[in-house]
Amino acid sequence: MEISKDLIAASSTPIVLAILAEEDSYGYAILQRVRELSGGHLEWTDGMLYPVLHRLGRLGHVEARWEVAENGRRRKYYRITSRGLAQLEEERTQWQVVDATLRDVWQTLSFVDRTCRPMSPSLSQGA
Amino acid sequence: MSDPDHTDALEQQIDEWRSYLSRRQAIHAADVTELEDHLREQVAVLVEAGLGADEAFLVAVKRMGDLDSLSRDFALEHSERLWKQLVVPSDPAGSRARIQTDAVVAFCVAVAAALAIKVPALFGIHLDQNASFYARNLSLFVLPFLAGYFVWKRRLQSATVRWLAVAFVVAAVFANVYPFVPGGNTEALAALHLPIALWLVVGIAYAGDRWRQVGGRMDFVRFSGELFIYYVLIALGGGVLMAFMAMIFQAIGVDVEPLFESWLLPCGGVGAVVVASWLVEAKQSVIENMAPVLTRLFTPLFAVVLVAFLVTSLLTGRGVDIDRNVLIAFDLLLVVVLGLLLYSVSARDPHSPPGVFDVVQVVLVVSALLADAVALWAIAARITEFGFTPNRIAALGENVILLVNLTWSAVLYIRFVRGRGLFAAVERWQTDYLPVYALWAGVVVIVFPVVFAYI
Repeated sequence: MEISKDLIAASSTPIVLAILAEEDSYGYAILQRVRELSGGHLEWTDGMLYPVLHRLGRLGHVEARWEVAENGRRRKYYRITSRGLAQLEEERTQWQVVDATLRDVWQTLSFVDRTCRPMSPSLSQGA
Repeated sequence: MSDPDHTDALEQQIDEWRSYLSRRQAIHAADVTELEDHLREQVAVLVEAGLGADEAFLVAVKRMGDLDSLSRDFALEHSERLWKQLVVPSDPAGSRARIQTDAVVAFCVAVAAALAIKVPALFGIHLDQNASFYARNLSLFVLPFLAGYFVWKRRLQSATVRWLAVAFVVAAVFANVYPFVPGGNTEALAALHLPIALWLVVGIAYAGDRWRQVGGRMDFVRFSGELFIYYVLIALGGGVLMAFMAMIFQAIGVDVEPLFESWLLPCGGVGAVVVASWLVEAKQSVIENMAPVLTRLFTPLFAVVLVAFLVTSLLTGRGVDIDRNVLIAFDLLLVVVLGLLLYSVSARDPHSPPGVFDVVQVVLVVSALLADAVALWAIAARITEFGFTPNRIAALGENVILLVNLTWSAVLYIRFVRGRGLFAAVERWQTDYLPVYALWAGVVVIVFPVVFAYI
C-alpha cells in the first residue's frame, strides 16, 4: 500500500517531533524508528526527512548540534525544544480530532462502496 | 567492507555522489555531510545484512530518493539559498578574516580617493571655477588609487609598481603641461581619452603577472564590465539617497545643494569606483556575472535592429545623412557591438561547439560592419570638404580601430562557426587587441594637442 505524498507530508511533523520527544536522535535513526512504528507501511524516501528537520529547526521546534559519532564521522543530532513540545501537543489534539472524525465516518455513515460493485450498462447510459 | 579493494571502490563512489550533491545550489556543505552520514550508515547496515558494497551503495542511494526532488525539497525549505548572498559570506572562518581585511583596505582606499579630489580645493582650484582642470585630471583622482588597491591585493613586484607609477606621472604631466585653448577641442579630447589610456594601466595592475596571458586579460575584461554595471547601480542608489536628502532637508528649510556639488557628488563619485571594484572582486565567484546576461539579452535585439536598418536603407535607397555627429554615432554603435561581442566571448566556454547564439553573433558583427561601411563610404567621399578637425580625426581613428577589430573578429568567428577554427582564436584576438585602444587614446592625449596647436 502506498501512502499519498500529501498524507506523508502532513503526518511527518508530529511523527518526527514525537520521536525526538522520546530522545535526541539523528536522521538515520529517526527513519529507522518511523519504519518500526509504522510496521514498514510509511515508506519515506530517506532524503525527504532532512528538509523536514530543517523546517522544524527554522520554526524553533528542534535544535541541531554536531557530534562526532563513535566511528569518527560527524553526525548532526536533533533535540526537541520546549516550543517543539508545545507544538507536538497541539498536533496531537488536532490529529485526535481528525482521527475521531474519520473513525465516525467509517462506522456510522452509510455510504456504498461503489468501486466494488460492477456497473450495469443501463445505469451508465442513464447518467 | 573488510576487502580493501571494495572499500576503495565504495569510497570513490561516495566521493562522486558527494561531489554530485555539492553541485546542487540549495544543498549546502553541512547538509551534504549530514546526508553522507546517512548514506554511510545505510550502506553499513546493508553490508551487515549480507549485501556486497556495490549493491549496498546502489540501494542506499536509491532509498535517498531522486536527487532532483531532494534538491527541490531543500530549495523549498531554504529558498534564500537560491539567491546567492554576498553580504554574509558563508565561507569558513579562515577566509572571513581575509575578506574583512580586504573590505577595510578597499574602504580606506575609497576614502583616500574621495579626499584626494578635494586636495586641489585647498590650493584654490575649485570645481565651479576650474571645471577644465577637473575634467582633464578626473581619472588621476581615481585610477591611481584603484591601481594601488590591486597592487596591494595582488602583492605586485616593485618593478611592476614602478612602471605603473611612471605611467601615472607621465599622464599627470601631459594632462597639465599643454597650454590648451580654453574650451578647445583638443582639451576635451584629452579629457575623454586619458581615462581610456589609464584604464589599461589599471588592467596591468589588476591582472598582475597574468597580464601577458589571454586568461588574465579576459579576467580584466570581465572585471571592467561588472564594474561598469555595479557603478551604475551604485550611482542610481546614490541619486535616490541625494534626492531624499534634498527633500527632507528642504522640509526644514535647509538648502543642501551646495554640499552636493562640492562634496557628495565628487567624493562619492570617486570613492564609488573603488567600492564597486571591491564589490566585483568580492562577489565574482558568488554571483552570476551580469554583463554576459545582458549581452545574451541584447545581442539578438541589436542584430535585428541592424539587419532592419540595412534592409531599409537598401530598399529605400537612402544614403547616410552626413552630419557632424554621424561618425560619432557609428563609433558608438561599433563600441556597443564590440562590447556585446567581448562579453559573450568572455562568458563562453571555449570548448563547447558552435550554436545558434554564435550565428546570431556573427550576424550582429557582420551587419554592424556593413552599416559602418555605408557610413564610412558617405563620409570618405566628403571628408576633404569638411576639413580635418581634431574631433573628426579622433572619431575616424576610432572607427578604423574598431573596424579592424570587428572585421578580423568576424573572420575568426565565421571560421569557428563553420568548424574550421577554434574559439580560442577569437578570444586571443580580442585580448591581444586591448593595448591598441590605450595606444590610440595615448596618441590623442599626447600628440593631438601639439599637432592641432591646442585648439
